[in-house]
Amino acid sequence: MVASRAIGSLSRFSAFRILRSRGCICRSFTVSSALLTRTHINYGVKGDVAVIRINSPNSKVNTLNKEVQSEFVEVMNEIWANDQIRSAVLISSKPGCFVAGADINMLASCTTPQEATRISQEGQRMFEKLEKSPKPVVAAISGSCLGGGLELAIACQYRIATKDRKTVLGVPEVLLGILPGAGGTQRLPKMVGVPAAFDMMLTGRNIRADRAKKMGLVDQLVEPLGPGIKPPEERTIEYLEEVAITFAKGLADRKVSTKSSKGLMDKLTSYAMTIPFVRQQIYKTVEEKVKKQTKGLYPAPLKIIDAVKAGLEQGDDAGYLAESQKFGELALTKESKALMGLYNGQVLCKKNKFGAPQKNVQHLAILGAGLMGAGIAQVSVDKGLKTLLKDTTVTGLSRGQQQVFKGLDDKVKKRALTSFERDSIFSNLIGQLDYKGFEKADMVIEAVFEDLAVKHKVLKEVEGVTPEHCIFASNTSALPINQIASVSKRPEKVIGMHYFSPVDKMQLLEIITTDKTSKDTTASAVAVGLKQGKVIIVVKDGPGFYTTRCLAPMMSEVMRILQEGVDPKKLDTLTTSFGFPVGAATLADEVGVDVAQHVAEDLGKAFGERFGGGNVELLKQMVSKGFLGRKSGKGFYIYQEGSKNKSLNSEMDGILASLRLAAKPEVSSDEDIQYRVIMRFVNEAVLCLQEGILATPAEGDIGAVFGLGFPPCLGGPFRFVDLHGAQKVVDRLRKYESAYGIQFTPCQLLLDHANSSSKRFYQ
Amino acid sequence: MSTILTSTFKNLSTTSKWALRFSVRPLSCSSQLRSAPAVQTKSKKTLAKPNIKNIVVVEGVRIPFLLSGTSYKDLMPHDLARAALSGLLHRSSVPKDVVDYIIFGTVIQEVKTSNVAREAALGAGFSDKTPAHTVTMACISSNQAMTTAVGLIASGQCDVVVAGGVELMSDVPIRHSRKMRKMMLDLNKAKTLGQRLSLLSKFRLNFLSPELPAVAEFSTNETMGHSADRLAAAFAVSRMEQDEYALRSHSLAKKAQDEGHLSDIVPFKVPGKDTVTKDNGIRPSSLEQMAKLKPAFIKPYGTVTAANSSFLTDGASAMLIMSEDRALAMGYKPKAYLRDFMYVSQDPKDQLLLGPTYATPKVLEKAGLTMNDIDAFEFHEAFSGQILANFKAMDSDWFAQNYMGRKTKVGSPPLEKFNIWGGSLSLGHPFGATGCRLVMAAANRLRKDGGQYALVAACAAGGQGHAMIVEAYPK
Repeated sequence: MVASRAIGSLSRFSAFRILRSRGCICRSFTVSSALLTRTHINYGVKGDVAVIRINSPNSKVNTLNKEVQSEFVEVMNEIWANDQIRSAVLISSKPGCFVAGADINMLASCTTPQEATRISQEGQRMFEKLEKSPKPVVAAISGSCLGGGLELAIACQYRIATKDRKTVLGVPEVLLGILPGAGGTQRLPKMVGVPAAFDMMLTGRNIRADRAKKMGLVDQLVEPLGPGIKPPEERTIEYLEEVAITFAKGLADRKVSTKSSKGLMDKLTSYAMTIPFVRQQIYKTVEEKVKKQTKGLYPAPLKIIDAVKAGLEQGDDAGYLAESQKFGELALTKESKALMGLYNGQVLCKKNKFGAPQKNVQHLAILGAGLMGAGIAQVSVDKGLKTLLKDTTVTGLSRGQQQVFKGLDDKVKKRALTSFERDSIFSNLIGQLDYKGFEKADMVIEAVFEDLAVKHKVLKEVEGVTPEHCIFASNTSALPINQIASVSKRPEKVIGMHYFSPVDKMQLLEIITTDKTSKDTTASAVAVGLKQGKVIIVVKDGPGFYTTRCLAPMMSEVMRILQEGVDPKKLDTLTTSFGFPVGAATLADEVGVDVAQHVAEDLGKAFGERFGGGNVELLKQMVSKGFLGRKSGKGFYIYQEGSKNKSLNSEMDGILASLRLAAKPEVSSDEDIQYRVIMRFVNEAVLCLQEGILATPAEGDIGAVFGLGFPPCLGGPFRFVDLHGAQKVVDRLRKYESAYGIQFTPCQLLLDHANSSSKRFYQ
Repeated sequence: MSTILTSTFKNLSTTSKWALRFSVRPLSCSSQLRSAPAVQTKSKKTLAKPNIKNIVVVEGVRIPFLLSGTSYKDLMPHDLARAALSGLLHRSSVPKDVVDYIIFGTVIQEVKTSNVAREAALGAGFSDKTPAHTVTMACISSNQAMTTAVGLIASGQCDVVVAGGVELMSDVPIRHSRKMRKMMLDLNKAKTLGQRLSLLSKFRLNFLSPELPAVAEFSTNETMGHSADRLAAAFAVSRMEQDEYALRSHSLAKKAQDEGHLSDIVPFKVPGKDTVTKDNGIRPSSLEQMAKLKPAFIKPYGTVTAANSSFLTDGASAMLIMSEDRALAMGYKPKAYLRDFMYVSQDPKDQLLLGPTYATPKVLEKAGLTMNDIDAFEFHEAFSGQILANFKAMDSDWFAQNYMGRKTKVGSPPLEKFNIWGGSLSLGHPFGATGCRLVMAAANRLRKDGGQYALVAACAAGGQGHAMIVEAYPK
C-alpha cells in the first residue's frame, strides 16, 4: 500500500513543474534602494498600497531560493520603513504560477543536518516577520502555490486566489521525504484545523482553490476572466491585483476582518481540539495509520506529526525548533535523496528530448478496444485528440466505449470534470468496426492480441489504408518491435509504445525504438505520450525491452521462492514491507498468469539460464487449470466480485507440492528472500544500461518505480546501487550466486562500480 | 441550482424594496442625450432588393411589462399572451381569419401549455384553423418568432403572420426530484400491493427536495449575472460606469413614459384586479443610493448589483407581420420594413453576452450599411455591465482581430442614438417577449424622429446573439 500510495502521490508531482533553479543568474547586489531594479522581486505603490510582484527571469515558475529570499527581505524592509504605505499585495507576474516551492537544489548541497536546519530557520524567521507585519499583506494567488509558496502565503494576513484549474495549493514536501520547513507545520494546523492540516501535510495532495476556500486556507476567490481588450490571462492577473488592492485597503482601514466565519462543524472541531485528550487520540490514530501505510519505510510523515505535536503541546518556540531540526534530519536521509532523485527524473521524463515532430498528431486511431486499447483511447480523448477506436466485434467495441465513458464519468463524480465537459470530451471518440477515416490518421496504436501473426496481419491492413506519414505504434509488452516491423513497408514509421495497465492510472509509457525507427517518429510518439500526460522513457528494442525484462527474472525468483515452500501471503508481506506497492504473488495474479507464462517462456528462450530460477512448469500448470489470476477469479488467491478480502487458492497446494524444491537455509531468511527478489531486478536493470537498452540511469529508475512499482523509497535500481553501495550489492549477488548459480552473477557494469568507489550512476 | 434561483429571488425582493423606497426622483441627465436626427447621406436609400418580397410590420403591441410577483402573479403565461394578441387584434382591426400562422417565443415553459402560442390564440378568439407554434431561443425567442415569420412570408408560404413572445416569471415550474418522479412513475406501473410497498420502502426524505428550473447555463453551470460580472471585469467596466448607465436607462424610460412615447403598450384588464396601463419597473434613483447596494452575484467585491441588472419581469408582446403587397391591398399603412437579420453564437462561458458585438458588424455588412447609416439603435440591456462591455468590445481593434477574425473594429454606437426611450434595464425584460419590444421601439423611433435605418441587437443565454435592420416605411 505504501508504495502505491507513494506512487500515487508522486504522480502529482507533475503538477508542480520544475522546482529547480535555472542555471545561475549572476548578479551582485549590495546596495538596496527603491531605484534599484531587482532580479526577482519588485514593487510599485498604488495609492497607499504597495504591490509586490514576484517574477523570476527566464523561467516559467517562481521558486524560493537565497536570492529571492534576500530580495524579499529588502523589499519588505523598505515597505515597513515607508510611511506612505499602509498595506501591501503580494502577487506573481506569471500566469499559472504564484510560487511553485522552494528550490530543492538548496538542500542537495547540504552536507550536514545542521546546514539544512539553518535553511529552515532562515525561512522561519522571514515568514515570522511577515506574519507579524504591522502593515497587512494580501497574498494574491494565481496558479501553483506549493510548498514554500504556500508557507509564504499563509504567513500573509489575507489570501485571495483565482478559482482556476491551474490554481492549486499544497505542501508536497512529504513526497520528497522532507517536511514543510518554513513554519508550515506550525501555521497550517492553526489555519485549517489539525485533521485537515495532517491530511495536507501527510499526503502532499494538491488542493483546488474552491476547496481551499471551504477549508479556510484562502479568504476570497476571484473568478478567472475571459477575453476583454487584453488576453484573458493578463487581464485576470490585473483583476486579481485590483481586487487584492481593495482588500488590502480594507484591511488597513479595518473594514475587512481576517477572521473567516466558521460553520458549526468547524467550531465544534476547533473546540474539541482544545481538549488534550482529544488531541492525544488524534496523534495516536494518525501515527498508527501512518505506520501501517509506510511500514516504517518513510521517515518524513512521522516527523511531520512530531513537529505539529511539539508546536501544539509545547508552544510556538518548541514547535519551530522541532520543525527546523527535523527538517535538517530528513533532508539528509537516503529516502529523501531517493525521492528527490525520482522527482528530478520525472521532470526529465516529461520533456521531449527528440524535439518537436514535423507533424503534430491530430488524428489518432487505436486498434483493439480491450482494456489497454480503451485505456489509451481514454487518455487521448481526454486531452482533445480525435480518436478512432476500432475493434472487430460490436460487443468488444461497446465494452471499450463503456470503459472510456466510465473513466470520464468517474472524474465527474470526483468533480474534476462537469458532465458537460465529459460529454464534449467523449464526442472526440469514434467507435467503429472498419477502417473508415484511417486515411486521415497521423498515428495508429495497435492494442490487439499479443501474437506476432495477428500483429503482422493488422500492420499490413493498416498500411494499406493509412497515409504515408502515418506512424504505426505497437502496444506490446514483450514482442520485439523489429519482428513486428519486419513485414512493414515503412519500418522507419514503426515504433513500440508500451502502456501499463490501467492506462488512466499508471503514469509510465515505455517507448521502444528499433534501429530503423526514425528520429521524427520517436519525437512524434513522445509528443503524443506527453500529451496523454505520461512520464516517458525511451528504450532500445530487445526482448522484453526494459521493464518486462527486469520484471521477468524477478518473477522467476518469486516462483522459485514459492516452490521452496514460502506461503504466497508471507511472500506478499515480505515484498510489501520492503517497499513494493503490491506483493509479489498478488502481482503475478494482477499481471495475469498466462501473460507471465508467455513472457517467461519467450524471454527464457532469449536469455537462457540467467532467467532461470523458478520453474515455468508452475505457470503452465496454473494456466491449464484456469488459474489466470484476477481476471479469471482464481490465481494464487481467490477473487470475489465486490469483496476486497481475498483468500488463498487452496487448489494451488497440489501444484506447488508437485514442484516443491528444497529451500537452502543459508539464503532463506526473510531478509534474504527480500534481497533475492530485489537483486535480480537490480542486476538486470544495470545490465540493460550496460547493453544500451537504456540511455540513462534516470530513465531506468523512473521506469522501475512508475511502471513496475519498484520501492520508491529506494529511488529505483540505479539510485539504490548508489545509495546502498555497489560493493554491498555485488557481495549480496555473489552470496546468492554461490547458492543458486549463474542467474545471480553480477553484470560487468555493476562490478565496475563496485571496483571504483568514484563511479556512481548519479553524480 | 436551487440556491441560484433562491438568490435571484432574494435579489428580486431587495430590488423591489429598493424600488419602493426611491421611486420617483427628478431626472437630470436625460435632456442632453436627446438627439436631433442626423442629417447625412446614407450608403443606400433603401434595402429593398429586386425580386424579393418586402416584409413589413403592420402593427405591434405589448401589455405593460411588470416586475414579477406584482399584478400578473396569479395568471398563467397564455393569459398574458392572449392579452397581447387581443390587444393586437383590437389595435390593428385585422380580420382573424386572414392570419395564416401564429408564432410565439417563450423561455421557461409552463408544462401545461408547452405550445403556448396555440393556447393563447384559441383563447384570444383566433380561428381554430390557424396553426400556431412556439419557439425558444432564450432571450431572443421572440426575435426568432419574428424571423421565422419573415422566412414564411419571404418563401411564399404565408402572407400574414402574427409573431410574439411571452414570459411569466411570477410562476415557474418547480418539479419533484428525479428520484421522486421515478418512484411515482414506477408506482403507476406496480400491479400488486407487494410491489407498491417494496417501491415505497425505497422512499427517502431527500426525494422530496424540489428541482428548480435552471437559471444557470447548462453547459457551464454559471448564472448569467455571474457571467455578466466577469464580463464587466474582463472589459474593466467599473461599478460607477454601470450604475451611471442604469440610471440613464431608468431616466430615459421615465421620460419616454411621461412623454407618451411608449405607444406600443396596450392596457390589460387583469381579471380580479385593476387595469394595468404602464410598466412598473421604471424607477430612476440616484447614484448615491445605487452605490449602497451590495453585489448580487460575485460577493463581496463584484460590480453587478440588483440596480444595474434587468429584473425578473412578466409580460407579453405581439406583432402583425405581412408582405408589403398584402398589407397595402388590405389598406394598411405599414410601420416599418423588416430587413436583413443575423444570428450568431460564441463561447457560452466567457463571451456569453457578447452577441451584439458579433452580430452587429455582420448584419451591417450583409445589408451594405455602416454604423453611420444607423439612426436608431435598440439593444437589449440584460445588464449595464453587458452593454458597456459590448461597447468596449465593438470599439476594440484588438478584440476584433483576435476573437472575431475581423481586420478592424466596428465602433461603438453613439449614445445619443442608443436606447433613448429606455431599455430592458428599466422597462423590464420578459425573456420571451423582449425581441418584439425592441423592434417596435425601433420602428416607432424612426417614425417619430424621422430616421431611415434602425439596428436591433440582443444577446441570449447559450452564448447566442441576434441583430436585425429595421427600415422606416416611407411616410
